[in-house]
Amino acid sequence: MSPNVTAFAIVFAAAILFFIWSVYRRFRLIALGQPDNRFDAIGRRIWNMLFFAFGQRRVVKRTFGINHFILFWCFIILMIANVEFLLHGLFSQQIALSKLPDGTYHTLTTVFDIVSILALVTVVIAMGRRLLFPPSYIDAKSRDAFFILSMVAMLMIAFFGLHGAEIANGVEKAEDYMPISNAVASGIFDGVSTNSLDTWAETFWWIHAIVLLGFLNYLPYSKHMHVLTAIPNCFFKSLDKVNTQPREGFKQGNSFGAGQVSELSWKGLFDSYSCTECGRCTDICPATSTGKKLNPRLVIHDIKVNLLKNESVLTNSGKQVSLPLIGDNHEGSVSEEVLWACTTCGACMEVCPVFIEHVPRIVDMRRHLVEMKAKFPEELLTFFENMEQRSNPWGIAPTERIKWTADIEVKPFEAGQTEYLFYVGCAGALDSRARRVTMSTAKILDTAGVSWGILGKEELCCGDSLRRLGNEYVFDRMVQENIKMFEAKGVKRIVTQCPHCFSTFKNDYRQYGIDLEVIHHTELIDRLIKSGKLNLKSERNGFGNIVFHDSCYLGRYNEVYEAPRHAVASATGHDIHEMHNHLDKSFCCGAGGGRMWMEESPGQKNINVARTEEALANNPKTICVCCPYCMTMFEDGLKDKDADTNVQVLDMAEIVAESLK
Amino acid sequence: MLVVTCIKQVPDTTQVKVDPETGTLIREGVPFIINPFDIHALEESLRLKDRFGFRVAVLSMGPPNTEVTLRKALALGVDQAILLSDRAFGGADTLATSKVLAEAVRRLSEQEDVGIVITGKQTIDGDTAQVGPGIATRLGYQQLTLVDNIENVDLHANKITARRKLEGRHERVESKLPVLISVVRSINRPRYPTVPMRLMAEDAEVILWDNQVMGLDPETIGLNGSATQVRKIFSPERDKGEILGDGAADLGKAVQLLVSKLVEKDLLHI
Ligand code: SF4
Ligand code: SF4
Repeated sequence: MSPNVTAFAIVFAAAILFFIWSVYRRFRLIALGQPDNRFDAIGRRIWNMLFFAFGQRRVVKRTFGINHFILFWCFIILMIANVEFLLHGLFSQQIALSKLPDGTYHTLTTVFDIVSILALVTVVIAMGRRLLFPPSYIDAKSRDAFFILSMVAMLMIAFFGLHGAEIANGVEKAEDYMPISNAVASGIFDGVSTNSLDTWAETFWWIHAIVLLGFLNYLPYSKHMHVLTAIPNCFFKSLDKVNTQPREGFKQGNSFGAGQVSELSWKGLFDSYSCTECGRCTDICPATSTGKKLNPRLVIHDIKVNLLKNESVLTNSGKQVSLPLIGDNHEGSVSEEVLWACTTCGACMEVCPVFIEHVPRIVDMRRHLVEMKAKFPEELLTFFENMEQRSNPWGIAPTERIKWTADIEVKPFEAGQTEYLFYVGCAGALDSRARRVTMSTAKILDTAGVSWGILGKEELCCGDSLRRLGNEYVFDRMVQENIKMFEAKGVKRIVTQCPHCFSTFKNDYRQYGIDLEVIHHTELIDRLIKSGKLNLKSERNGFGNIVFHDSCYLGRYNEVYEAPRHAVASATGHDIHEMHNHLDKSFCCGAGGGRMWMEESPGQKNINVARTEEALANNPKTICVCCPYCMTMFEDGLKDKDADTNVQVLDMAEIVAESLK
Repeated sequence: MLVVTCIKQVPDTTQVKVDPETGTLIREGVPFIINPFDIHALEESLRLKDRFGFRVAVLSMGPPNTEVTLRKALALGVDQAILLSDRAFGGADTLATSKVLAEAVRRLSEQEDVGIVITGKQTIDGDTAQVGPGIATRLGYQQLTLVDNIENVDLHANKITARRKLEGRHERVESKLPVLISVVRSINRPRYPTVPMRLMAEDAEVILWDNQVMGLDPETIGLNGSATQVRKIFSPERDKGEILGDGAADLGKAVQLLVSKLVEKDLLHI
């Protein structure tokens, strides 16, 4: 079937021009973002794109994602059919699939026929899910979603209508190769006159053409923008596992953090176009699930809305942005309450199928609040001052850092004399509970004959919380001091017992060009076990049932999952019990991102209580952690649940130390 | 009109130990901080700037490294920072210190009317609470010590209404300007510097006034001008503590024991 070429050419040209204009308008805004190099390591990037976009690796991690996987590939295949459809409409004499050799043509028509029915089925399933089993974490009944699903369905229906009519009319030479269209021909168009069949075919052709062009033009104005941006977004994805924030240049005249949308990196803006509104981030966010106002999907959504609403102001250079990026209670602004609720646990980024980077955006905005406005929750003032004056969160005198060494002999770190710097950390040195973990770690290292030393009174904080809270200026000063000290003392290998120190030295400090070999105590201890340096009882002892908690900064951020599990199993002779949310789906204890130093809002459920409940569901005698913050959070959680007399919280090092023969 | 804040850089006393042999403070490696009371004085002066449009000058007498502390004040938003530093000022007691500070305020008042001088209630190293009143006396200013709220400043009537926090009571007082105010910590919550302000402060000018500028008689200032001298510093002997009862076995009983002991020693009234 060929339409009236002139009429179609006009419609086509108008549609394409409008599409180009829309896309130009959208992408012009992206260019207003701050520089961010996402064009390095092209090979790896292409691989990521193939694996995650075309392979849909993250999409299919959830069962329902398979439906999307099928629809995605139907789309890709039907793209060939649709391009041919449009070109044939314009150049009916020159371009037609039917001009291909019969074998090829027949294969293609079969494929298109089958794929179209598959697409229709997936669309019906998707609609059914939204209507009958709406998941809580998405806006299931959104008009946008139904509109686009209906469009896809109409495209498929028009496809079958067109080909059915043509087959019934005897003008489709591949009729035997199109089972569905053939069924439509015999089921619906049987006995219809040639004239009417022509009209039907022409009607379906036009429906197909208009819906197709309409679909294309609708994309830039809806969440289905992701059809255009999700694939490149996988290409641009951060190559590091950890989305460490970029450093800031502390020069006069600079502005810090993001107080308006154009102060975000262009990738941050591109992210906002790529959100599929799948709601997986919302579903997994510990803040959202405990009733906080933070919803990671909406943070990204607000960035997009802000960008679009400020379009005219942003493009007519010179004027100020009219809708504030950080503000209260309206679409397009992210509230301060939301920004401070994030634990930077990274769960949202771990599940996002298109690699949207929520945490760096949240920290960008926190930076603006702290650095430009000096505006933050009250409790942080003391925290910041303690950090600046005494380089620890509590403001305890640095001389106290060696208190734990009172009864044991500990060497100071000296290059050449001691191999590892045991970086004890603020909690490990100053918190009475965490000090016991420090002692256990020291005991294990000594038993295994590891050569190690400490910085003692000279040790400073690593600065983790400062960075996550957006106080980059003080963080930057702290890093420089630490690096100066490490270099002066010749520190090369560091073992830490806190995942925050671990991740910060390992990932954040790298931005300063220092080459450190950083290892977490769980990894080192496990290595010692595996190499036979530790003699373990392999008995349950008094540990009973051990349930294990994955720390975000150890697991998700640095992929240390196996070491602590193996070490505990070796020490006790029994595998740990997994919580419902574990490994990369682990649920934060609530202390990350500087939340350790903030109050939870009254009237809302505490994240640590929620996680403690999850642990208690396994009936443990022991909750095993690998982080001093998690330790505090679980101990508090147990008190809250009145379970602290029956259940204990132990660090993995304590379990191993107690199991030494 | 000017508000002048006097601040002092002190060793972080929680980290200072006394050398029992020599009877001196071990200051090595101990960081310097702004005297905690003075942080509130500084904040209050900035609030006066915000509320009534004063200009704020900050004074600090001390060794050259006091500049660091003055830059912190600049980062918080003071308009002018003056470092009073000279060997001749060294070793001063409260008498000699107030003399230098008073002279500096007087010099400032030659350029611009001084309405209010603010100090912290006391410093954590000397704990005398004398320098503020000393300045007021020398300058002939009114003085309101232990202020925990400045209710109003009436620039037309030239007066201030403030609240003083005394043992078990408050006092609402009115005074003529110029006045010296010493503040307690509960008067405000200090602000936090923004980064642009910190960067500005890194390059801002800290004015140095040494004794050439000040022109004070060397016999009346510093160690020479001090009426008191420290002979010895020592940690007082402390009796060994005592463990009361057995808290682990019976917490309630242990608490009761503690309460009765406190009552006995007249430290608690029930
Ligand atoms: S990092 Fe964690 S707390 Fe923050 S938005 Fe993501 S899932 Fe929620
Ligand atoms: S940000 Fe990612 S995970 Fe969250 S709704 Fe959008 S696409 Fe889904």
